[in-house]
Amino acid sequence: MIELFNAILDPDNMFLRYAFIMGGLASISFGIIGTFVTIKRIGYLAGAISHCVFGGIGLALFLQVKVGLAWFDPILGAVLAAVVAAVMVGLVSLHAKEREDTIIGTLWAMGMASGILLIDMTPGYFNLASYLFGDILLISGKDLLYVASLDILVLGIFILFFNRFFGVCFDDEFTSLRGINTTFFYLLLLILTALTIVLLVRIVGIVLVIALLTIPPAIASFYAKRLWQMMVYSVLLCLFFTWTGLGVSYASGLSSGPTIIVISGTAYLIMLIIHRFIK
Amino acid sequence: MLENTEIILDNISFAYKQRNILENVNLEIQKGEFASIVGPNGGGKTTLLKLILGLIKPDRGKIRIFNKSPDKVRNKIGYMPQYAHLDMNFPASVMDVVLMGRLNKKNLWFSRKDRAKAMESIEQIGMTSFTTTGFNELSGGQKQRILIARALCSSPDILLLDEPTANVDSKTEENLLSILKKLNKKITILLVSHDLGFVSKYVKSVICVNLNVVIHPTTLVNGELIKNIYRGDLKMVRHDHRCSDEGHSHD
Repeated sequence: MIELFNAILDPDNMFLRYAFIMGGLASISFGIIGTFVTIKRIGYLAGAISHCVFGGIGLALFLQVKVGLAWFDPILGAVLAAVVAAVMVGLVSLHAKEREDTIIGTLWAMGMASGILLIDMTPGYFNLASYLFGDILLISGKDLLYVASLDILVLGIFILFFNRFFGVCFDDEFTSLRGINTTFFYLLLLILTALTIVLLVRIVGIVLVIALLTIPPAIASFYAKRLWQMMVYSVLLCLFFTWTGLGVSYASGLSSGPTIIVISGTAYLIMLIIHRFIK
Repeated sequence: MLENTEIILDNISFAYKQRNILENVNLEIQKGEFASIVGPNGGGKTTLLKLILGLIKPDRGKIRIFNKSPDKVRNKIGYMPQYAHLDMNFPASVMDVVLMGRLNKKNLWFSRKDRAKAMESIEQIGMTSFTTTGFNELSGGQKQRILIARALCSSPDILLLDEPTANVDSKTEENLLSILKKLNKKITILLVSHDLGFVSKYVKSVICVNLNVVIHPTTLVNGELIKNIYRGDLKMVRHDHRCSDEGHSHD
């Protein structure tokens, strides 16, 4: 434990300090957004969005290296792809009643596949694993700024519109009868989910991000009686899992993303059994 | 059109997936009506409610509520949906759920007035001691009552209820209906119901929905009529026939 503290404070380990700050800041958005994703049961929509992010990263790398648009940062591509995917996936889930799961599944796979193809067409070597499973060595000071801004955005929007989001998630039809534009708030929720996913891909990667989005709220739901409580618990749990995971991964030299996921997944399964057993 | 007419359905037709649900429906509901909507499953009961709410548009015909189109007068209509579609693990207190009735376009947060109104509605349905209880800890009948409170919370002139007595025992049902009867002094009430016999003790009219819509005063409801509505024989239990007021015992 003390070793870890020393490691974080060691100026040579700037990346580790960044990773811990990133994990802490990200937990705020993750806990809040994850709660909504869990109660609205749109985990698979979030999954599709996160895999489309990979397409955006591939496109950005392609444009940057092959086409020569140096300003087209992968994070910009990821944000664009995520927002476009969020709106598409959202509209599909609202309107394509029968083939919804097929269409979402297709978007999911196509996002991923187009990302790989675009990277294939781009000269140079790219470490795919770092995008898929996260790599804390990639975190920069700029990323911290992005995540902090996202926190402010997410917190601001949810404090302002908490009651509307509550309505949209609990009883969409009734809420629309009260004159609230539920489609707008549903899409807004998906766009915020998309942005959160993009920024967290650095730590846990595209494939694993959904687990970190839904596991803390799933545990929180065992104990939370009200929506805001579930969010607070989720934020704290997410913080606990990312920090513990980062600590363990540093100490044992394992990949950060999978470590975080295995720790939180194990905790969830244990809590699930305890919860069932006591009840 | 009478002066007190609140709802008019003028020659309404509605089809879903090429199947006609409602055909050439004409209906007028007067202020102070307390009617039960009955009919076979898939006969168009919920469709009728959703048309009145403006959630779906008719293929043909015109709907006027307070002489306006349905989506213009939504704030005057209270709606209680079937609770089966709600997520039973949703973390919300009874107060959280009832306050939804105070959602509106203008205000982002609930005011003290909103909370007072919600308390009043919870009181009206006799659940004051449950205000802070989790919604998912309630029984089916209690959930229905809370959803009625939520509908009342928006101070409606018309109350539409979709199966408020589904999945509750007969005592709870009677309790719910007597609460509604009290509310009917100020509010026009339409409710969808499965069993006609029991509800007809409380309501003033019965609206029979099966492709067509016919409204009868309750006094005219008899076995012959029910058979026509359901297009077949039906067991009918007359709940108003009892051995004595106290019932009977087996000791």
